[in-house]
Amino acid sequence: MSAAAETVSDNAQQIAVEVDNVTKIYPGGVEALNDMTIHFPKGELTSLLGPSGCGKTTLLKIIAGLLKPTAGKVKVNGVDVTGPGKERAFVFQDFALMPWASVIRNAAFGLELQGMNKSEREAIAEKYIDIVGLKGYENLYPHELSGGMRQRVGLARALAVNAEVLLMDEPFSAVDEQTRRKFQEDILEVVDDEQKTFIFVTHSIEEAVYVSQSIALLLPRPSRVSEIIRPDIRRDISPDAIRRDPVYLDIVERIWQGLRTYVE
Amino acid sequence: MSSFLIHPLTLRLVSVVIAFGTWEYLGRIPISPAFPTFLETMSALWGMLMDGSMISVYPATFQPLLIGLIISSILGIACGVFMGLNHKAEWFGAPVFIVLQSAPLAALIPLLTFAYGIGLTSKIITVCIMSMPVIVLNAYTAVRHTPTSMIEMGESYLGSRRQIIMKIIIPAASPIIYAGLRLGAAMGFIGAILAELLITPTGIGDLITYNQSIAEYDKMYAAIFSIMVFAVLFIEILERTEYIFFRPDKRVTQ
Amino acid sequence: MKIFGIKIPMMASLILWAILWEIVGQLELSILLPPFSHILIRMVEIVPTATFMNALWITAKCFLIGTAIAIVVGIPIGVLMGRSIVIDRMLLPWVNMFLSAPLTALVPVLMTLFGFGTKTIILTTVLFAIWIIVLDARAGVKNITPSLVEMTKSFQANFWQAFTKVYLWAAMPEILAGIRLGCIRSIKGVIIGQLLVSVVGFGRLFELYSANFLMEHMWALLFVLFFFAFLIAEGLGVLERKFEYYAASRN
Repeated sequence: MSAAAETVSDNAQQIAVEVDNVTKIYPGGVEALNDMTIHFPKGELTSLLGPSGCGKTTLLKIIAGLLKPTAGKVKVNGVDVTGPGKERAFVFQDFALMPWASVIRNAAFGLELQGMNKSEREAIAEKYIDIVGLKGYENLYPHELSGGMRQRVGLARALAVNAEVLLMDEPFSAVDEQTRRKFQEDILEVVDDEQKTFIFVTHSIEEAVYVSQSIALLLPRPSRVSEIIRPDIRRDISPDAIRRDPVYLDIVERIWQGLRTYVE
Repeated sequence: MSSFLIHPLTLRLVSVVIAFGTWEYLGRIPISPAFPTFLETMSALWGMLMDGSMISVYPATFQPLLIGLIISSILGIACGVFMGLNHKAEWFGAPVFIVLQSAPLAALIPLLTFAYGIGLTSKIITVCIMSMPVIVLNAYTAVRHTPTSMIEMGESYLGSRRQIIMKIIIPAASPIIYAGLRLGAAMGFIGAILAELLITPTGIGDLITYNQSIAEYDKMYAAIFSIMVFAVLFIEILERTEYIFFRPDKRVTQ
Repeated sequence: MKIFGIKIPMMASLILWAILWEIVGQLELSILLPPFSHILIRMVEIVPTATFMNALWITAKCFLIGTAIAIVVGIPIGVLMGRSIVIDRMLLPWVNMFLSAPLTALVPVLMTLFGFGTKTIILTTVLFAIWIIVLDARAGVKNITPSLVEMTKSFQANFWQAFTKVYLWAAMPEILAGIRLGCIRSIKGVIIGQLLVSVVGFGRLFELYSANFLMEHMWALLFVLFFFAFLIAEGLGVLERKFEYYAASRN
């Protein structure tokens, strides 16, 4: 299975991120990834879904350039990844906001590190704070925001640097269920509007089916891509209708049947 | 009414009244001829403040204290941050400070007087050795324990090593570094007074020992009272400066 | 740190420091630093003497009694403060004040009231150690999960039962941290007390050595003290880490 390239789409779409034969062994001998090959098409949201221990976060951090693979190669737009890059932006599971900085400074931080001057970067950050729905909160500090709002700041920060690929590491896992649903709906809009490639790590089957154009199902021991699923659910109906759509529910059920043997 | 009774300020006032009342009562028994009452102490304090004999001794206490604290803050934070960032420096330096923090460093004072005489130098070094280990160790652990995701965030947004240190690691570590400074200042006060009692009586230490020797216990207690209040105020002010200068997020809500 | 792929324990760097000290000592750069080896030889020489053993015994006695008083008095006060908001608000300002106050200034008071003897040294030790023990016990009790407190109440435990069977154990990680920090402080207190009283125990030896310019003796004595202090602090640190497992699983 892993010998042939796992292209997530069936038609000849452009590939944004290529992961080729990546193996990651942590110091101490824990093997997180074993000869993993997977390609991510441009302009789509692809979920990496799987039980804990299947190496999904490790894979995401390797694509981000935060971890070095033990073997194998990652290419973004055909260029080898050697470290973090301008064309990729990361959204962190625990938000990674700076508690001493206001919302606007946090959102503009990627640009601040690039050396952009203050008025310019704050104008850009302001635009994205508006897009993620936090207009009016610019001068608050992270501890004054709810978990969901904090992650919106994290998303604004990632959008502000105008990267082509957004890497999201379980972005909603620290957010309560109601906020999470609203956030999922909003992310679909952002995917539509921004024409970026999203790689989205999650352990929630419903979330993956709801937000993704395609889902890469990862399985542990040894870690591998077991299947690529394109949910193809109707997007023209209301969010609540989608969640009741038989096609949606069938896909959720099918994935669960595939995963349940791996859940203790 | 009951919310007024358990209001923090009411209770604080009640407890202060109880404490000073007990002091007054014990002084009136008296439990010892060397134990003045609270009111005697306060009137002695008032008298010493008015005739200037108290204010005039403070510069002598403050000189070694401030010089010592400034030296150990700058040197201590620099050492600690460096050890937190550099693994070789950590391996080489951290054990020494771990040992020094648990060691009763006051025992070095006789050595210091021996080497540097009974002057200002010995007193400054006393303040330094008392205050520095905790400042160094706090800075070191704070830098060492910067949340990984925060550093990864800086890396993924292409921050240079210098930017990550200056914009992420140091600000993230600053609350604990500051806590170290407060603890260091408290230890510095202990050291400064110890130096004055042990090396040569100057400043407030002189006021204490002199009045003790001529059995003017109310004045002795007044001197001790003043330095305790002073130290607590000093550290309180230090704490406030943190909120004002370094933590805009805390300032907004307070 | 790693050299040639072999992990070298951190404390090993102390050996390097000892070698550096020996070199500096041999070069006779400062009268303050006699060669390390001379200090070790002197240590073997003076430690078995009766005066030294006697001083060590007095120090150990004052330390143990003082720390025991601080623990036995401090923990219940801390637990009470953690459970009662009124007591907490009345005592917390004092505890915080004494935690950062220059306690050395109070030693002369103790000397005038209790004389130049072990009593004053013990009380100095208590004074140094107790506040952090109170504060940590309080923090420990404040950190107990509310549902555990409610469970205790729902089974109608009286205060003594609640204290000995639940609160004390649930707050154990913080209490142990408090005891460790308290011990470090009481070692400092016992030495400062002896330095100021200066007629008993190590205080007298300090006087004796510095009056006679016996630098090697002085360092030998200091090393013994530092060694014991480190041993106590690390020993309690190990004990604390054994309890850490449930500090993490408690929440």
